[in-house]
Formats: sequence, C-alpha cells, structure tokens
Amino acid sequence: MSETVRKKGITGYILLAPAMFWLLLFFLIPFYSLLAASLFNEGGSDFRGYTMVYQWSNYSEVLQAYWPQIVRSLVYGGIATFQCLILGYVLAYAIAFKAGRWKNLMLVLVIAPFFTSFLVRTLSWKLILADDSWVVNTLQFLHILGPNGHLLYTPFSVVMGLTYNFLPFMVLPLFASIDKIDYRLIEASNDLYANPVVGFFKVTFPLSLPGVISGTLLTFIPAVGDYINDQLLGSTQTRMIGNTIQSLFTEANDYPAASALSVILMSMIVVLVFCYVKFAGTEDLL
Amino acid sequence: MMRWLRSRIVLFLGILVLVYTFVPIFIVVMMSFNKLPSEQSKIYRWNAFTLDNWLHPCADPSMCTALRTSIFIGLFATLGATILGTLAAFALVRHQFVGRSGTNVLIFLPMAAPEIVMGSSLLALFVAGGFAGQLGFFTILIAHIMFCLSFVIVTVRSRLAGLSDTLEQAAADLYATPQQAFWKVTFPLVFPGILGAALLSFSLSFDDFIITNLNAGTTTTFPMYVYGVSRRTIPMQINVVGTLMLIISVLIVVGGEVRSRARTRALAGPKPVRADSVVAAASARSSAGALDAV
Repeated sequence: MSETVRKKGITGYILLAPAMFWLLLFFLIPFYSLLAASLFNEGGSDFRGYTMVYQWSNYSEVLQAYWPQIVRSLVYGGIATFQCLILGYVLAYAIAFKAGRWKNLMLVLVIAPFFTSFLVRTLSWKLILADDSWVVNTLQFLHILGPNGHLLYTPFSVVMGLTYNFLPFMVLPLFASIDKIDYRLIEASNDLYANPVVGFFKVTFPLSLPGVISGTLLTFIPAVGDYINDQLLGSTQTRMIGNTIQSLFTEANDYPAASALSVILMSMIVVLVFCYVKFAGTEDLL
Repeated sequence: MMRWLRSRIVLFLGILVLVYTFVPIFIVVMMSFNKLPSEQSKIYRWNAFTLDNWLHPCADPSMCTALRTSIFIGLFATLGATILGTLAAFALVRHQFVGRSGTNVLIFLPMAAPEIVMGSSLLALFVAGGFAGQLGFFTILIAHIMFCLSFVIVTVRSRLAGLSDTLEQAAADLYATPQQAFWKVTFPLVFPGILGAALLSFSLSFDDFIITNLNAGTTTTFPMYVYGVSRRTIPMQINVVGTLMLIISVLIVVGGEVRSRARTRALAGPKPVRADSVVAAASARSSAGALDAV
C-alpha cells in the first residue's frame, strides 16, 4: 500500500482556516479574557464597571476563601479516578481477552448507558441511594451503616456519582491499550511459572500503561471540574471548585473571583498533568 | 480446572461492572412508568404504574420547549461542527501546510480542558466583547460548535487516515475528473466516519450542561430544565425523554452494526468486523483518537 501523498498548495490552508479560526476565536482567545477578568478590580458588578488593574490580590483572596473546595475537588476527583481505574480495568480486560465473539456487543454496552441524559441518569442515583432505598436498608441491616446513617448528600454519594459518570472515559482508552497486547506474552509468563498476580504486574499492567495514563487523565480532569454530581448528590458540606466557580459567575456575579478560581483550576491541572506524565515517563502524551 | 475458573471469573466480574452501569438506566426506564406521587417527599420512590407519562410527554410545556431548543441547537451545532471539522480533517490528512504540530495541539486541547474552564473563559470573552446582554441561542451555538469541532476532526481524520489514495488514483487512471473521483470514490468511503462524527456531535451538544449553563442567559436547554426542576417537583416525563434517548441511540448503533456486517459479508466474506462507526467515534475520546493528535 503506497503512502498517501500530501498535496502542496493553498488548498490545505483554505480547508483548515474555518475550523482553526473558530478554535482560535472561541477557545484560545477566551483564555486571555479569563486571565484579564481575573485581574479586574472589585469596582464593578453585573458585567459593568470593572477595570483591569492587575489586582493580584484576587488570587490570594479566592485561595483563602475557597481552599477547602479546591482540596475537596482534588480528593474527590482522585478517589473517583482510582475507583474508575479498578472497575474500568476489569471491564476492559474482560472485553479485550475474555469476551470472544461478544467483544463488539460488550463495547456497545459500555457506551449505551451514557447516551441517556447525564442529568437524568445522575438524578436516578438519588433514588438508588435515598434514605429508605433497599441499598440503605440493607447496609443498615448489616450494621455497616448506623440506623440514622445516610448515603445521599454525603461525600460518598458525590464520589459514587463521579465514578459512575466518568467510567467510559477510563474504559475506552484502557480497552484500546489492552486490546493491543499480544496475549501470547501473558501465556508465556504463565509457562515460565510466574503466578497470575506476578504475571499481571510484571507483564500485563506495564504493557497497558499508555491506556492507564490517558484513562486516568481523561477521567480525572473532568471529574475535578465537575459540579453536576455534587449539586445533585451532595450538600453544602461537599461543595467542589466547579460549584464555586459556577455560582460566583451566575449567582454572585463576582467575575474577578470566579475567573481567578478558574485560572487556578486550569493551572493546577496543567501542573498535575505535567508532573504525572513526567513521573510516568511517557512524554508522547503531550 | 483452576485456570478455567479463573478466566471465567474475570469475565464474570467484567459483566458485573457492565450491570452496574445499567442500574441507573433501569431506574430511568422504570420511573418513566411511575405515577407522580402527590407528596413531595416521596418523589424518589416507586408509586404506581401508569402510561400517562408516555401518553402526555408535554404535560409540562416548558419541558418540551427546552427539548425543542436542545434539538435545534444540537442540529445546528452538528451541521456547523461537521462541515468545519470534515474540511479540516481533509487538510490534515491530504494536504501540506506549515504549523502542523501547533494545529494538532489546538485541536487536542479542547478535548482535555475542563468544561468549567472553557465555559467560564467563553463567558469572559462574551462579557468583554459587550455581548453579556445577548447571551442565549447563538452564544450556546458558538460554544457547542467549538467543543464538538475537535471530536469531529479526530473522528473523520482517523477514518481518512485509514484509506489509501490508490482508489482515487485508479479513478484518475480511468479518466475521472478530480471532482468525479472525490464525489464517487473518496466521499462515499469517508462518509461513515462523517456520519459517526455527526452523531457524536449531536449527543455531545444535546447533553452538555456545564458550558451551556454559563453561556445561556435566559435560554433553557433540556439539561438545564432537568437541573432546574431537580430542586423542585421532578416531572416523570424527564425519564421518558431519557428512555427515548437510549432507545434511539441503541437503534442507530445496532442499525450501523447490522449494515456494516451485511456489507462486509457481501464484500469480503469472513473478514472480522470492526466496531461500528459510532463506537469508533465515541472512542475518539480514548487514547487512540485523542492522544495521537499530538
């Protein structure tokens, strides 16, 4: 099969221009607006009266006021990502190596639940975890949960929602990665008397590392910034950074604070992703 | 014996995880047949069987208005993103240009950035540009085209990259004009990828809440409607919409699968069938699609 020849000339630029223009204007330039807005003074309200004065104190103020929300987001996002990794790995491994002729069907089934509205399916967790649901009753019967214990409106339900909603972002990259592994390598480790656990950690897991890295990133980033799960399944005690940014923008109309918090979230994620990728030793990611 | 058992255990656990992902879906379908209880506190409980929700889906007219808004925005956003994205994908695979790696980064970033940051930056831009009073249908549309674009480009590009241009060369050898070669050969071959990208766009747009909510002004989309009523009495009709969304998308996926199976059988006999274009499109978010962008 011959390599497709890339045509020279102006056509490429013309084809590319509209999409790039759109991304530049409505994705990249807005970051500048966000940075600028985060340095406004407090003078204005409701869209008007702000001046850009390099008010760096906006940052220290929001950090002071909202650090619990920031820490909470990272913790919730981290736990949810870890749970997704466990569940997602089992599922992806089963589809890649054990599903046989049902592979395609199982892949479709992974995605199917997520075609239902995000908000509607999150609301249905409210029903599953409600105070008199059979889940809570069973846990109370087993004395895992106290007689007055709740699941809904607790950190548990929020992390549960995050785990559920972002699972496909973990499963698909993991599957793509595990599916490429030559199963004979795993059989070889068995033949060489590696016990299955050792074989898994020495052979399968390292080979699936690219999928693990992209899966954890694709799960962690939206989970940290999410606020739907927290708004529907959490309480004022479980507020995350996304909730805070949203309510500062749409309810308090405090644009400088909201923008500063948004910039902080973005920088945190960029730094974390960078360290993580360095640590994992794969630089072909970014 | 042990080995047999162990291999079945992994499959069993995998199926268990799948079942877990379907639990809330089962609840959604079940609740679409639930009679709305009169007491506010029992809103999250099974009450009694009824077909009313299905027979009168628009009992709350504002839900259907929101639904219509979402469908319109979804259609226009899909149209816009699919056209712009397909053109860009052709440029990326078939044409030379300066600044390829920068372009790839620009395409990759919107898929990786947190929605809340994208939404708030866009709002900051609209406010700075003096459009704060005009937030609504068009600002939502702009935002949706923006975040669907990358997914379209990645999906169509992976389809295009999988095609060699030998068939087009053959068409040219047979005296087809470049236009004829494109419309008779290239386009039909790429079309499944474009269709998958369009379906993915529509579902992303239809389901988006975070970015939309920040840039919507007083316009209400279906997810925003659900969010609004989640603090009050929840009409059971939202579960009808949820169930319909599931049924329609499963029908599309299964239809695509059956068609591609039939075609593969007709063309090449027992060649293994790849997951259909919708699955391929959805896994554009996976490493294979998103990360080879850079």
